[in-house]
Amino acid sequence: MPDCDKVLLVQAELDGELGAAEAASLAAHRAECPICQAAAAEFAQARALMRDDLYQPVPEDMRQRVIATIAAAQPPRPQMSATAMPTTPGWWRRWWSNGASFGLGAACAAALAFLLVMPAMPPGLTEQIVAGHVRALQPGHLQDVASEDRHTVKPWFDGRIDFAPPVKDLAAVRFPLTGGRLDYLNGRPVAALVYQRDKHVIDLFVWPASGETSPQTAERQGYNIVHWSQNGMAFWAVSDLEAAQLKQFAEDWRRAP
Amino acid sequence: MAISVSQGGRWLALDHRRIGRVGDVLNSSPGDTFEAVVLPYLDAAHNLARWLMRDPASAEDVLQEAMLRALTYFPSFKGVNPRGWLLQIVRNTAYASMSLNRGVELVPPTNSSDETEDVVARLPSGDDDPETSLIRARERDRVHRMIAALPIELRETLVLRELEELSYKEIAEVTHMPIGTVMSRLWRARRLLAQAARRDEAA
Repeated sequence: MPDCDKVLLVQAELDGELGAAEAASLAAHRAECPICQAAAAEFAQARALMRDDLYQPVPEDMRQRVIATIAAAQPPRPQMSATAMPTTPGWWRRWWSNGASFGLGAACAAALAFLLVMPAMPPGLTEQIVAGHVRALQPGHLQDVASEDRHTVKPWFDGRIDFAPPVKDLAAVRFPLTGGRLDYLNGRPVAALVYQRDKHVIDLFVWPASGETSPQTAERQGYNIVHWSQNGMAFWAVSDLEAAQLKQFAEDWRRAP
Repeated sequence: MAISVSQGGRWLALDHRRIGRVGDVLNSSPGDTFEAVVLPYLDAAHNLARWLMRDPASAEDVLQEAMLRALTYFPSFKGVNPRGWLLQIVRNTAYASMSLNRGVELVPPTNSSDETEDVVARLPSGDDDPETSLIRARERDRVHRMIAALPIELRETLVLRELEELSYKEIAEVTHMPIGTVMSRLWRARRLLAQAARRDEAA
């Protein structure tokens, strides 16, 4: 069978691995080489077979078993208090050693100031929120219940989680609800509601928490985050949506009946 | 991006690649936990284990073992690509498991009962009528079998490129192969797949 030594380059171009200059010189060759044209056709045929549903994400029960294995293999984490979120060990150690070097009074003052400035922002939680969002965006993991009807989404959480998350549909303000799922943050199950603005996915994590706070924003790895507390629940919204729009989402959500 | 050349419906996979890149910088700040850096790639780890091992139980064994190894090595992980790092561990674990259980890889790839269960479990709920779902599941199953029939070194290259959307360089790192070998294996995998599809249609 006849062959051409540029076939692998044609493949590399179609895989997006060539620079513009290389691609341009290859295009001239390809226009005249029937072997490379056939190769491009074969490439297209093979790629057309590779559908997203061939991806095999970890089944939920297996995910839980793996997480349990990891948890069992790690030392237990220190707790701030019975009601506060567990902290990450690294943060705890840094905080503790800083405090010790400045003396106890300074440590208490620093801790108090820290808690006053950032009442609901334990370090590590923001990263976990983003990681949870990233994980959910992988094929097949965004939602366990897919529905635009909040009367379908809300009851779905019954028996799956130990609280009833408030579910609102914001389709009227162009943030339609698309579904929900269970997620795990700080070692506890939380409700994740999934909303959409155009092609952007918004995850809204919800769990019980005391206090009322107005929306605060953060940014991690290109994702925007807004969090607030109301009516006994903590809310964390995360998305690649631009910051102003995500803030709008938070405001709309808070106002919606 | 060049990946979008072919057909519709790939935007999720595209996003998935972008996420890999975004996630890759996760470990840059100190104090990040194993959960924050590595666990987001559990799906990627499972996908590779599942495609290498062929049956769900041994894939789970490999996944569990690989995650424990990753946890052990995590304190010394200083790289910039946690997904590639984890996939490398999964691959090493899978190959070690296969050499321990010689013959596992000789089991015919079309293990029908497992695959059928998979298909049923993965039937989309709600958004399609049952008939469309069934046709889609059958089509998926058909391609699944064709990929599963590829030799393991071609299959892993194809899965890492097309499903995990790794670059040639990343695949070379995960599989410990020169980039030239990655390219020729990928091309052989694609040709075999396209040939199998043509044979299938002719039959």
